[in-house]
Amino acid sequence: MGASSGAKQRRELSDRAIVNFFIWPTLILLIAWNVFPLFYSLYLAFTDYSAIANRPPTWVGFGNFADILTDRQAWKYFATTGRYALVTVGLQLILGFGLALLVREKFRGSGLITTLILVPMMISPVVVGLFWKLMYNPTFGYFNYLLGFSDPRFGPDMLAGRFAGQPVPNLALWAVALVDIWMWSPFVMLLALSGLKAIPDYLYEAAAIDRASSWFQFWRITLPQVAPLLLIAVLFRTIEAFKAFDLVMGMTGGGPGDQTELIAVNLYRQAFQGQWRTGRASALAYIILIIIIAVSNLYIRYLNRMRGEHT
Amino acid sequence: MFRRFTVFVVLALAVALLAACAQPTPTPAPAAPAQPEQPTPAPAPAVKELKILWAQWDPADYLQQIGNMYEQETGIKVTVVQEPWGSFYNLFATEMAAKGTTWDMVVGDSQWLGQMTTQGHYVDLTDFLTSTGLKDSVTPATLTYYGEYPTGSGRYWAYPTEGDANGWAYRKDLFEDPAEKEAFKAQYGYDLAPPKTYAQLMDIAKFFPRPDKGLYGVAIYTQKDYDAITMGVQNTMFSWGADWKDAKYNVMGVVNSPEAIEAVQFYRDLYDCCQWPGGSNAFFTETNDAIISGQVAMSMNYFAFFPALVNPGTNPNYYDKIGFFSNPAGPTGKQHAALGGQGMSIISYISPERKQAAMDFIKWFGREDIQAKWAELGGYTCNANVLKSDIFLKATPFNPAFAETMTFVKDFWNIPEYGQLLEVTQREFSKFIVEGVGTAKETMDTIATEHDKILRAAGYIK
Repeated sequence: MGASSGAKQRRELSDRAIVNFFIWPTLILLIAWNVFPLFYSLYLAFTDYSAIANRPPTWVGFGNFADILTDRQAWKYFATTGRYALVTVGLQLILGFGLALLVREKFRGSGLITTLILVPMMISPVVVGLFWKLMYNPTFGYFNYLLGFSDPRFGPDMLAGRFAGQPVPNLALWAVALVDIWMWSPFVMLLALSGLKAIPDYLYEAAAIDRASSWFQFWRITLPQVAPLLLIAVLFRTIEAFKAFDLVMGMTGGGPGDQTELIAVNLYRQAFQGQWRTGRASALAYIILIIIIAVSNLYIRYLNRMRGEHT
Repeated sequence: MFRRFTVFVVLALAVALLAACAQPTPTPAPAAPAQPEQPTPAPAPAVKELKILWAQWDPADYLQQIGNMYEQETGIKVTVVQEPWGSFYNLFATEMAAKGTTWDMVVGDSQWLGQMTTQGHYVDLTDFLTSTGLKDSVTPATLTYYGEYPTGSGRYWAYPTEGDANGWAYRKDLFEDPAEKEAFKAQYGYDLAPPKTYAQLMDIAKFFPRPDKGLYGVAIYTQKDYDAITMGVQNTMFSWGADWKDAKYNVMGVVNSPEAIEAVQFYRDLYDCCQWPGGSNAFFTETNDAIISGQVAMSMNYFAFFPALVNPGTNPNYYDKIGFFSNPAGPTGKQHAALGGQGMSIISYISPERKQAAMDFIKWFGREDIQAKWAELGGYTCNANVLKSDIFLKATPFNPAFAETMTFVKDFWNIPEYGQLLEVTQREFSKFIVEGVGTAKETMDTIATEHDKILRAAGYIK
């Protein structure tokens, strides 16, 4: 009796029902927490609205977008973000790929070294920011010590953007970029390493038989084989660079002046921090989104073309 | 089949929701031993608990102790909900956006007044504060800056609760050292003592830096993130006779007046000559740390953060060697300090019973004996009589300077657009003072122009 009843129940829960059981709660959550806010914020981007003002949104059309795109400061923040993305992603690519080439071959302790290299990206960005603030301290920080500046009056104050008391353009931006590079080069290394390990040995063996030089092998075998994965790494890191927030807030708060005021930091400032310009901040968020989608599309097209060439 | 399954899921979710919303059933207490008959208790109050939101810091703990006293007297539990400073404003603002009733009262910043009152989040307390006499029990400056909006309107929205302002801590062991005193007098021609003017403060700041010993002149506010550097700079601006606006909200020619430009240049000079290395992004934690670690002779901070300096637990090396002084006077003798502190407001979305209960609590809290207790615990009372009392003045080494400072405080803008105005000042001051770019005139001209634009867009200037 019990066995047949259990069998009946199992029959009643059809595959379709089980699928629904798993899919619907997720879908409902996604719609409530992702899809609805996405469309609602799109609507708000066309309104004059403050989330804490006790009044409904007022339709202003493209007013917020025009306001942002004609704002000299906003362009400056976009330019700073572009510079930051270019420097961090470029150097992460070079360093990450270089590290992958170094730890590609097995050697004594290679596993431990690989793990240690990966440690920075496992730490919370806020902790990394605080940690590097101490490292950059001109009095007791390791950074100046390693550069050989024992007297803070004559060395760099990285986060103040000064060297020996004199302003140095973009020094603080470089200081933050350096930390981002330190933190995320291992991520590029990891992706590059998986690409390197997937290259079949016979390609190198054939090249060796043809007496191809190491440089030739790197240029004609290694790089083309790893390139798609490197491009994916670049895509991820570019998107992250445009969203960079926690590291900057932890280290400089966007200063000194507006040297490290990245667009995501400014977005936060407009959306919260006493301003609550919800409509304008939504418009700015959509502009950032459009830029990220455009850049990502470029990468993806290039990636697809690369794949097409290989197949 | 699918229909049955859907019904089952909906029912399951409904049961789960009900279970989540239900109050936990209290576990039956073990039978109590027989007690002698008690007198009939007073009728239980309709409101059993009041919740007050405040930032997470020592004064909130003191307020909780005051709340415990209130519970003992009335049976109404008072809970002070503490939120870290970094998220305090955002948490409260989002709750107000949702017209939330999570808290009955908030001890909110003076700068929020315009935003919170014009958007209807605070209860108008004008009649209440007047009829109960609380309006006249606090110092006029605190009533204006913590409670009144618009300024000069005679409408009050908060009871001044935690007075606070910028002041200075200094190393008494250095200032009182005979060798230092002799050397200072030989160099500057007057006695080394807590400065009475900013010119003296500059002399002392320049006298102390000894990089070989890790000692520097001052720790002043420089943080760009929210409002720190503006609060620091406006100490000098106000004392130089400058202001953020005139009576008609005009800023051109006011913000960039010669006095304002000179004051900002002074702050930059102070930073350049004497700020301790690494102090390029400093607020209350960093300036306190600088003097605790023995790196500076003088440090700027809000009085509310001074208790840590005389506490052996947090300042083991210098807790008994720290003195305090008020902001010195500017070149023409004007003396002002940037206001900190908060007032207690009632949330407008709670029920009438809760509003009444909240008013009853504020009325009780404003009593002179309770304010004396509040001060004794470490709270910075705004009660005029308590501030003048000997007990208060002798309670801590910084109370005399605090009582003096509260007579000459001034504040930044408190209109709803203060966040936009603040973004401009933070950026421009940080650029000129910390980054070292531009001139004081260019800085103040830029601030005046951008403030003018914001105020015109908001309709304050025609």
